[in-house]
Amino acid sequence: MTRLRTAAALLAVIYAAAAAAAFLAPYSPTEQNRRFPFAPPMTLRFVDASGRFHVRPFVYSLVPRANTFDVYDEDRTRAHAIRFFVTGARYRFAGLVPSSRHLVGIDGPERLFLMGSDEYGRDVFSRLLHGAGISLGAGLLAAAVAVGLGLVAGGAAGFHGGVVDNAVMRGAELMMAVPSLYLLLAVRAALPLHLEPAETFVLLVTVVGVVGWARPARLVRAVVLSARTRDFVVAARSSGASNTRVLARHVLPETTGVALTQFALLVPQCILAEVTLSFFGLGVSEPVASWGSMLADLQRFHILAAGHWWLFSPGVAILAVFLLYYAITDALHQRLMLRS
Amino acid sequence: MVPRALALIVAWCLLDPSGLVWTHAAAQQVREAELLTTSGEPGRFGGQLTLTQRAEPRTLNPVIAVDSPSREIIRQTVGDLLHINRETQLVEPALARSWTVSPDGRRLVVTLRKGLRFSDGDAFDADDVVFSFQVYLDEKIGSFQRELLHVGGRPIGVRKIDEYTVQFELAEAKAGAERMFDTVAMLPKHLLEAAYAKGQLAETWGLSTDPARVAGLGPFRFKEYVTGQRVVLERNPHYWKRDSKARVLPYLDRLVFLPVANEDAQVLRFRAGEADAIARMNAENFDALAREQAGRGYVMRDLGAGLDYTFLFFNQNDPPATAGVDMPRRLRWFRDTTFRQAVSAAVDREAIARLVYRGRAVPLAGHVPPGNKRWINASLPAPVRSTARAETLLRKAGFRRTGDEPLVDPDGTVVEFSILVASSNTVLRQIATVIQDDLAALGMRVHVVPFEFRAMIDRILNTHDYEAAILALGGGDADPNAELNVWLSSGPQHLWRPAQPHPATAWEAEIDRLMRAQVGMLDVGARKRAYDRVQAIVAEEVPMVFLVSPNVLVGARAGLGNFRPVVLDHHLLWNVEELFWRTGPARSPQ
Repeated sequence: MTRLRTAAALLAVIYAAAAAAAFLAPYSPTEQNRRFPFAPPMTLRFVDASGRFHVRPFVYSLVPRANTFDVYDEDRTRAHAIRFFVTGARYRFAGLVPSSRHLVGIDGPERLFLMGSDEYGRDVFSRLLHGAGISLGAGLLAAAVAVGLGLVAGGAAGFHGGVVDNAVMRGAELMMAVPSLYLLLAVRAALPLHLEPAETFVLLVTVVGVVGWARPARLVRAVVLSARTRDFVVAARSSGASNTRVLARHVLPETTGVALTQFALLVPQCILAEVTLSFFGLGVSEPVASWGSMLADLQRFHILAAGHWWLFSPGVAILAVFLLYYAITDALHQRLMLRS
Repeated sequence: MVPRALALIVAWCLLDPSGLVWTHAAAQQVREAELLTTSGEPGRFGGQLTLTQRAEPRTLNPVIAVDSPSREIIRQTVGDLLHINRETQLVEPALARSWTVSPDGRRLVVTLRKGLRFSDGDAFDADDVVFSFQVYLDEKIGSFQRELLHVGGRPIGVRKIDEYTVQFELAEAKAGAERMFDTVAMLPKHLLEAAYAKGQLAETWGLSTDPARVAGLGPFRFKEYVTGQRVVLERNPHYWKRDSKARVLPYLDRLVFLPVANEDAQVLRFRAGEADAIARMNAENFDALAREQAGRGYVMRDLGAGLDYTFLFFNQNDPPATAGVDMPRRLRWFRDTTFRQAVSAAVDREAIARLVYRGRAVPLAGHVPPGNKRWINASLPAPVRSTARAETLLRKAGFRRTGDEPLVDPDGTVVEFSILVASSNTVLRQIATVIQDDLAALGMRVHVVPFEFRAMIDRILNTHDYEAAILALGGGDADPNAELNVWLSSGPQHLWRPAQPHPATAWEAEIDRLMRAQVGMLDVGARKRAYDRVQAIVAEEVPMVFLVSPNVLVGARAGLGNFRPVVLDHHLLWNVEELFWRTGPARSPQ
């Protein structure tokens, strides 16, 4: 139980960070600093060159090394203290409240690269936070769509039986037989390529959600089938309750355990699906950041060869999120087992 | 006398037709033909050169091949009458021993080398030349060479004078007319005549053709094709060039082409030693390879400014029938020269050269890159990025912007449009990202849309269903005539508004007049002045926003003799007959 609570709490923190990305990120995710491509992460220091301890952490400026493209040296003569609640790029909190305060930042024209920069000099940390919003948000919504469709389809199939059951289940089997990755790519490629970023997001959610309804549907159907014959359902029927009432008040609540477990299992899969689409260039387009499009850069040989390790950070973030979700799924599944 | 003749006959009968066994007598036989002697370093015979291609070839037919993998392979198997030396950029005799041009510039007489043979042993003479040109000029076949063999609106006339002499007649004088013959492959009449008579020439010589039925005059001949794996060319035993020691070329036994779809995969294969040479790579990959070249046994070369140029251009056609409401409004912006000049002033070319090409590119003011030293208009000012100037130009054109709000046009519509780029080309996508940010500083909302290349070209040239696009052109020949199709308003490659029945604007009409005039100018000074004027008009009216010209970057395994890569296409294989391996048994057969 504590494992479930801890994992859920950590995930909530991550989601909150994604929602507050514009405030937590020092810069806009699209701001290019063309003099600093592939800058490495700046080291936070407490002790300066002369050995003095500072309570407030600071960083040294980065100076590009002459005649190189992406090699930098620290300038020990120029230190910048980390400041909190600095004024920076304007944004709209939750799309409504305009603000220009950011949690961290440094003075002066120099930039604070907490996790380094990409090839256009864009701050990777800012892009990671904003990308979390896209990838995690799309994953969450798509999983909700998939489970929602699964509830409707599985509920109808299990409750009414007969032709409906047959049709829905054969459809589900067909969806499950096709390898999901190729189905995803095919569906995406069949749709118009030129879309506004907002439309692309909705499209991603829909595509990923629709591809994933089959498994939840089958499980929901199994639960509904067994619930249909339970004593309290028969009792409700015989006392004159309509089909809808029986379904809504007596049968569907039985499926919550399965639905929640499936949801927890599907979210990481949907996140991965969005990341895969963006990795192949079929998801969000430039300059919007998503964990998938950030990882797409790693397909290029020279980035691996040059050892720009901070560009792997979205991969590490995905790993962390997945582990937390699997911990939740595990705990939920055990609770389900114990209950039944 | 008789015993020697007998020895000749016996030896000739024993000659292995694959060319792997040379007899003294056979060499003597070839020596009686008029061979061309090359000036490269004499080398060692043997070995194989492996190259990678971005896509699989589609045909071996020189008449209809348009895709670059097919043309790259075909180029090694065919010969032309007159050839542009890729190193000196001057025309040299090739299959022809010499040529003369009449004083009025309208008649060209070409004398062929005697005793030459196709790769299957059949003799080459004027009949093959006449047949080849007949095929290329045939309207029904529609070879892309056909356009290039028209002068003054009429196809060139071809007449056989005798077995080794052919006369060409032009409707009017054309400057550099002999450059027309470069890469026009001579076809074997004995193999293709029957198919041509039946109207099936376009379908012959596909990749599954029996190698014995394919022949040409190039240094190599087709040997085998394994689907999805490789194309193998073997040495042509009847090649018509020899080195300074009178040994018949080429030195290499085999050329192998491997299909590798993706540039990063090509780089990895080259690095692993599975490919012997690589051309046309990104600056980033070049730097990554160059860092390790000493230890890994290959040589990377930056050849400096090339002939390619990249550019952003806008759709200036009438809106297509399928357009919604937005596109006609946007196309009105694009037809405003001041709008285009503003975009050009806002683009940070120096950042593109630095970030995308790692400094291995040159910012461009006009369409002739600095690599084309002979034809560039040196008086054009270098491009200077100025967001302030861009904003002034936009205000002059009636666009308005308050503070950080988006830019709006005189009717109050937000300036928003999409730029198409080929999805397979990471470099052009990166350029688009930089430009997107540059134009965001002006308040324009720009979307970058990666598109499959062929679908994109279809939209640009046929359906005109696009707003802006980024492309690259060039590389063929430094001569202005190579780009007639782009600058003539009636040209099919006049990208922003192709195939116009009449020039849409005064400046396009002026460019038409100048380009047509320079075709017939035989005085080089006059031609240069006319072409300088064309460049000035283009830089002023900005039909295309010229960005940068990338350097040509190549690499090859160490120990490749006569490796002298050039800025013109084909950077690596222009002198393939002279390439040889200095050490070792090179490679065992694949």
